[in-house]
Amino acid sequence: MASARLAPHASALTASGTRFLPFRALVSGPLREHPGHALLALAAIALGVALGVAVHLINSSALNEFNLAAHHLAGEADLVVRGPRAGFDETLYPRIARLPQVEAANPAVELEVPILGKEGTLRIIGFDPLRTAQVQPSLLPERTAEVAELFAADSILLSPSAARWLGLDMGAALRMMVGTGVVEVKVVGMLPEGGYRQRVGVMDIATAQWRLGRLGKLSRIDLRLKPGVVVTAFQRELQNELPPGVYVATPETDAERGASLSRAYRLNLDMLALIALFTGAFLVFSSQMLALMRRRAQFALLRALGVTRRSLANWLLAEAAVVGAIGAILGLALGYAVARFAIANFGTDLGAGYFRGIVPGIHVDPVALIAYFALGVLFAVLGAAAPALEAARRAPAKALHAGDEEEGLRGVRTTWPGIASCAIGALLAFAPAVDGLPVAAYCAIALILSGVILLLPQFVSGVLKRVSAPRSVPAALALAQLQATPRQIAVSAAAIVASFSLMVAMLIMVHSFRSSLETWLEHMLPADLYLRALRGGETGFLTPEEQNRLQSTPGVERIEFLRSQNLLLASDRPPVVLLAGPADSAAMLLAIGPTVIPRAGEPPAVWVSEVAADLYGWRTGQRVQLPIGASSREYTVAGIWRDYVRQSGAIAIDRQLYVNLTGDALANDAAIWIAPGAALPDVERALRERLGNAQGIEIASTREVRANSLALFDRTFAVTYALEIAAVLIGLFGISVSFGAQALARRREFGMLRHIGMSRRGIGAMLGWEGAIVSIFGAAVGLALGWITGLILIHVVNRQSFHWSMDLHVPWLPLAALAAVLAAASIVTAVWSGRAAMSDDVIRAVREDW
Amino acid sequence: MLAIRKLTKSYGGVRPRTLLDDVTFDLAAGEYVAIMGESGVGKSTLLNLIAGLDVPDSGSVTLAEREVTALDDAERTLVRRNHIGFVFQAFHLLPHLTVAQNVALPLSLIGAAPDEAGARVAEMLTAVGLSRAGASYPRELSGGELQRAAIARALVHRPLLTLADEPTGNLDAANGAQVLTLLRAEVKRNGGAGILVTHSATAAASADRVFTLASDGLRLRN
Repeated sequence: MASARLAPHASALTASGTRFLPFRALVSGPLREHPGHALLALAAIALGVALGVAVHLINSSALNEFNLAAHHLAGEADLVVRGPRAGFDETLYPRIARLPQVEAANPAVELEVPILGKEGTLRIIGFDPLRTAQVQPSLLPERTAEVAELFAADSILLSPSAARWLGLDMGAALRMMVGTGVVEVKVVGMLPEGGYRQRVGVMDIATAQWRLGRLGKLSRIDLRLKPGVVVTAFQRELQNELPPGVYVATPETDAERGASLSRAYRLNLDMLALIALFTGAFLVFSSQMLALMRRRAQFALLRALGVTRRSLANWLLAEAAVVGAIGAILGLALGYAVARFAIANFGTDLGAGYFRGIVPGIHVDPVALIAYFALGVLFAVLGAAAPALEAARRAPAKALHAGDEEEGLRGVRTTWPGIASCAIGALLAFAPAVDGLPVAAYCAIALILSGVILLLPQFVSGVLKRVSAPRSVPAALALAQLQATPRQIAVSAAAIVASFSLMVAMLIMVHSFRSSLETWLEHMLPADLYLRALRGGETGFLTPEEQNRLQSTPGVERIEFLRSQNLLLASDRPPVVLLAGPADSAAMLLAIGPTVIPRAGEPPAVWVSEVAADLYGWRTGQRVQLPIGASSREYTVAGIWRDYVRQSGAIAIDRQLYVNLTGDALANDAAIWIAPGAALPDVERALRERLGNAQGIEIASTREVRANSLALFDRTFAVTYALEIAAVLIGLFGISVSFGAQALARRREFGMLRHIGMSRRGIGAMLGWEGAIVSIFGAAVGLALGWITGLILIHVVNRQSFHWSMDLHVPWLPLAALAAVLAAASIVTAVWSGRAAMSDDVIRAVREDW
Repeated sequence: MLAIRKLTKSYGGVRPRTLLDDVTFDLAAGEYVAIMGESGVGKSTLLNLIAGLDVPDSGSVTLAEREVTALDDAERTLVRRNHIGFVFQAFHLLPHLTVAQNVALPLSLIGAAPDEAGARVAEMLTAVGLSRAGASYPRELSGGELQRAAIARALVHRPLLTLADEPTGNLDAANGAQVLTLLRAEVKRNGGAGILVTHSATAAASADRVFTLASDGLRLRN
């Protein structure tokens, strides 16, 4: 009988047991009670992790393909001898091949060739098929007959991806653009599926040299050494024997050199994704802080019943870790799905063109995924750490009595940590790059951001104290509420300050960059028309005879030709672009700082881009050794100029001097000034006619070149904009969570106001005012902080990542519009969040326990 | 069982004031006393000091021969967990736990075996007349029922000392009387001691002895 009477409560207990009651009391119960808050925090972490994982997967997949391609090209080679784009003399090959340490040597010509009717280029490799079998077997076709066919003139083998891209099959004609004309070759076979995944065409070396205008020249020689030869020792020995501008490197260094160009860009994208995760951490902080304020009496009760401080803090941190872990797992899955979708539909190029044309397969690095999972959990726990410790520290006797939630936050001392964080951040902003990357600058941004958020309560309190009460009752009540709770405002505004400041910083940086680019284009494009022999490829050129014909075109007042080649200055760095242009280069380039004119008898002048100056440590007036032509000689750095195009650096030289040194009288580009009274379309038509309407010619007006350049710029930053929007959305989530939590916590207050006759609309207006005031603080602090962060991005991050400088241009109007949108969104969010708390139920809330 | 010696507590701030000055007081096992006094005189502060939720400026509190005021926070927490039960004016039941789970919470904290805990919770709920409300949530209970559940929670682990701070402050007269009777009966049944803090002379009448706390100290009321 007794047991029957006990049944109801006994079963209620048996169902859950007593063992996990503290967990239920502290963690699972509140989560079930208010799943929305946990879900938002979870979504913020998931979104941050997803962005990070997606960007990382796309970048690492591209890099993996890049390395795989380099590995396949190198095959079983121990060392690779490589020269500049113009190549090196083929007589070097027999000298190297005869060295006693060399078992096999495979010479190759390697060029990016434009294809008629296709955007982009195809990499063509010309090699000796018989020697390739010894060093690069993956570049050979499956059928021996096809190898034999390669010896026939005008034959080419295509990799499967190249054949698919070109839409060509066996026997089809491939039209390559060389000089200003078209060279046709026949597809005689395919490389094996899976042997080489990237787009490539393989030709016999002799045919390639002949048809691609590289007679007597080689691009690389792959070497396999005899067993027992010490690779590093032989590499050093061989380097001393090589002509200037030709380097020997291991295949790994060779591959790294190619990928190094995109390293800073990849880091910056990774950082932007991490910023989204960082903003997510602030959201976790806001939601945890406010949830804990709401639950303060519950914690006090548990402390009164005997739960220790440590247990309380541990349980709350465990709760955050669980939320972080679930969010991170969802983020990993979402990031993987986004990366897969992006790679399948858009490829691995994230806008900057580093990996354009790469045929990707998704590459998953488990260590990176584990790292992103850990970051998700870490950021969630970090976000919850301060609120959890504060909840544990709070005196339960006070918290048990109803009263001001602000009391709970009053004990949080933030002034000195805030000042220290800002000071360390400011110092780090002046620190040099770490291994060529702006790691210290990113730490500086994170520290200054954290410091400013820690100083927010003091700032809010100081400002609000000076504001007198408005006449409107809702506005006066809103102000009184905020004056009494500056710390709560700081918590509410933290996520939005973080995301908005970063958006402002990016806007300032991108706007400054774009404005500087416009000024630069203005300066660099002084002519009326620009003619180019094959954009993007390495086989386009204008012969001296064609140049003469262009010079005498009717309507042309002046024409300047430009030859673009490159120089290898180090085995582990990408080649520097060599621009041979008019003698008055200095006037046409946008010089930064002083310039010098070499006196008679001094080495001739070269003008180096600021990227090259940064990378190689060159200064104006310095004498530098450059391998231009057959020998290496000294030049005087006459000036440093701004260049936003060539990221591995550029050197400008007088073209006449270049022709004298190299004998290369070809040109790639021409700048054309038209005669007064001549019409642009007529001159353009006449120029085309002069070249026999060759298909390999591009002519564009200055306006078109500028528009194309700016369009390319905007495309490059498209991914950046997407990541920024994600960060701001997370920030707005933060405001929503904060206001929602506060509105719930203030139900009794709303109930009391309704009791004394305040209308629902009046309470709505009060919440709207609160939203407006908080968002004004968020926007003001975000703007100021964004401006500082923008300066760091412009003067430190960009300088250290890409080595280019830019002038500060603040887009005041877009920033004001953005701040207004933010304020409007905050007001709407505040009113919307308070809607539930303003229901009829609220009147009963005054009698509620909790 | 409880010995309070020369207890003093002041608060700083804009209006510094001394709430308790040289309070000395003894309570034997099985005793149930009431402390009355005006608002703000320090009744709740006295309870907080006894429970180790606050620390005195001077003086000592000894419970079952352990000087609570000499312990650190973690040790005071353990004393509270094992030997003290609380009843609050505002009930303070956790909204996301059932009534049975709320009552079981102190047993869970001291690590009682589930079977033993289940039986003890059932016993307590029956004792306070809530045998059929174990599976209910606090929001489904009336004010009187909530306070009876809170009494069950305060006594479920058989504390040496039960502290009740205005337990009838939120209840009507009938429910208040019922709760007072129940509280006294259960404290006595447990064999522990109890301190009831109240404004109400009617409530205080349920105690064995009544003290008055004023600015000049704690005095036995005639």
